[in-house]
Amino acid sequence: MFSKRGADYDRAGRESALRIVWVYPDLLSTYGDQGNLLILAHRARARGLAVQPLQVRSPDRLPEQADIYLLGGGEDGPQALAAQRLNADGALHRASAAGSVIFAVCAGYQLLGRSFFAKGERHPGLDLLDLHSDRGPSRAVGELAGPVDPRLSLPTLTGFENHGGRTHLGPEVNPLARVTAGVGNDGATEGAFRGAVLGTYAHGPALARNPALADLLLCWATGAGQLAPLDETWTDRLRADRLATLPGG
Amino acid sequence: MTLPVSDPRLPIRARVASAVSRTAAAVSRATGRGDGSVIGGRIGLLIDPDLLANLAAGRRIALVSGTNGKTTTTRLTAAAMGVLGPVATNSFGANMPSGHTSALARAGRTPYAVLEVDEHYLAQVLAATRPAVVALLNLSRDQLDRAMEVAMMAARWREALAGHSDVQVVANADDPMVVWAARAAPRQTWFSAGQRWHEDSWVCPECGHAIVRERDQWWCSGCNLRRPQPQWTATDQAVVGPDGLRQPVSLALPGRVNVGNAATALAVAAAFGVPPAAAAPRLREVVSVAGRYAQVERDGRWIRLLLAKNPASWLEAFDMAEPAPTLLSVNARGPDGLDTSWLFDVDFTPLRGRPVQVTGDRAYDLAVRLQVDDVPFRHVPSFAEAVASVPPGRLEVIANYTAFQDIRAELDRVL
Repeated sequence: MFSKRGADYDRAGRESALRIVWVYPDLLSTYGDQGNLLILAHRARARGLAVQPLQVRSPDRLPEQADIYLLGGGEDGPQALAAQRLNADGALHRASAAGSVIFAVCAGYQLLGRSFFAKGERHPGLDLLDLHSDRGPSRAVGELAGPVDPRLSLPTLTGFENHGGRTHLGPEVNPLARVTAGVGNDGATEGAFRGAVLGTYAHGPALARNPALADLLLCWATGAGQLAPLDETWTDRLRADRLATLPGG
Repeated sequence: MTLPVSDPRLPIRARVASAVSRTAAAVSRATGRGDGSVIGGRIGLLIDPDLLANLAAGRRIALVSGTNGKTTTTRLTAAAMGVLGPVATNSFGANMPSGHTSALARAGRTPYAVLEVDEHYLAQVLAATRPAVVALLNLSRDQLDRAMEVAMMAARWREALAGHSDVQVVANADDPMVVWAARAAPRQTWFSAGQRWHEDSWVCPECGHAIVRERDQWWCSGCNLRRPQPQWTATDQAVVGPDGLRQPVSLALPGRVNVGNAATALAVAAAFGVPPAAAAPRLREVVSVAGRYAQVERDGRWIRLLLAKNPASWLEAFDMAEPAPTLLSVNARGPDGLDTSWLFDVDFTPLRGRPVQVTGDRAYDLAVRLQVDDVPFRHVPSFAEAVASVPPGRLEVIANYTAFQDIRAELDRVL
């Protein structure tokens, strides 16, 4: 059901490194967003995959040939600027059309949609996900959790959200999860995905608490059916600890 | 308990409020409920809402604000200003108006005051205390689940300063957010204390274009905002002043960041007419700041406490700490911010090769973070166990706010 790319090969026929791009860390990096890059690289290397992490600042052109693109959170001004530059650059659209994985959190998630609000104005998004965002009645700050769409075969999503937006999904995307704690998109659903493009309001290093989601992104990027299991002692304890703090947890 | 003497220059309501404030503070200390630095001021302000302004009147005041280093810089500045005479200061880190009120009431009549100000309260305290000098240290991400975003905070500072035509700003030339805010004041003295953390100032707060950095310089690619030429510069063990003279500073506090704080202190004191050569020897009097940097001996272990509450200050703590056994402790209670995402903004790789232990309410967040950075660690349920499991010698403890207070309490409120 998802577009999968086989691993790329260099001229000598060797499998080349997994290329993970952190998009515009100068604009989209509010709070620990670097974590998603570090976690994906760590988990890929633990499986013996070579990784080529890349940070591309906003004045520079994005490469079109990367395997995974990561978008972080950002304040209003930088978010609007990032959307403008990504639309002008066009590389992310071409990469996505070619099957590259995009994982976005918070402001980065909003700008993947058709439009979003920043500094009191509506801005055109990248239109890579069928959704739009506006301002909510209050800021959503706190733990965010809920069961993930069963088709993704992932355990409960857990994260921390901090945003003033509300996101309305169109018919072409699926919600990532149903909300049992926190607000997410609108208090009922959280995040969205379509093909290999996935966004969430679980902000910052969302993959730290959701290692299975990290592995899913790696599977999409490499075309692997499954990855060798890793020691999850500490991630399991962290997840259990966080989920236990929730009402009814 | 003796009742404090009233200051006859204060209006009657302020005199009553001031006396009650000091009594409440004394009660708070005597009953062990706190150090009295907040409760007294809170009660005093209820009786006289203008109490802070009344207590500030007639004093020459310096305010110190910023995300990091404000408690230490306040202590160093108060020490430097001591050359001139008695200085009132809120040395317990109680940095909101109630704390300022307590500090001034407790100090009685002093010609000078140096007040640490929480960055959110700068406008309010500027208006109430009419300071002669305001020192602006830095702005970086800090507890974003409740604090204002960095650019918004800079805008608030800018607005606050624009309303005060008589204030001298002493500001950090290396922080674009601070420079932008400080330019709203009529007069600035710039200092350079170096800055490791750049992640919150890549976008110009004036025009939204990219900030370019090259070595120690920075400038906006879209407007005329750029690093001003500093008059005061911190080097390894010295501060170079506006006359180009190199003033050696020998501090009891560790780390390059504290030489930067010393440069700020000397620049503020100079604005009041204190020559650096007279002020510098006094900086050594500051040996610990509300338990920070304090060294305590326990069963042959020399334990040093370092407070690190946000990414910028963790980087500085790794720089200050010796390559010795290290305990990290992280909580996420109210004063810490409930969000631990910032752990991924900190590069923990400098800890590789040191025996690391983790503890605190959010030890598992730390554990996952260290694993990603390939730093081996051991989880310990308590501070006592951490101490017991290291050999005699140095133990560096790096903790965020409430974790630090917990450990400090276990070490019997070291000062």
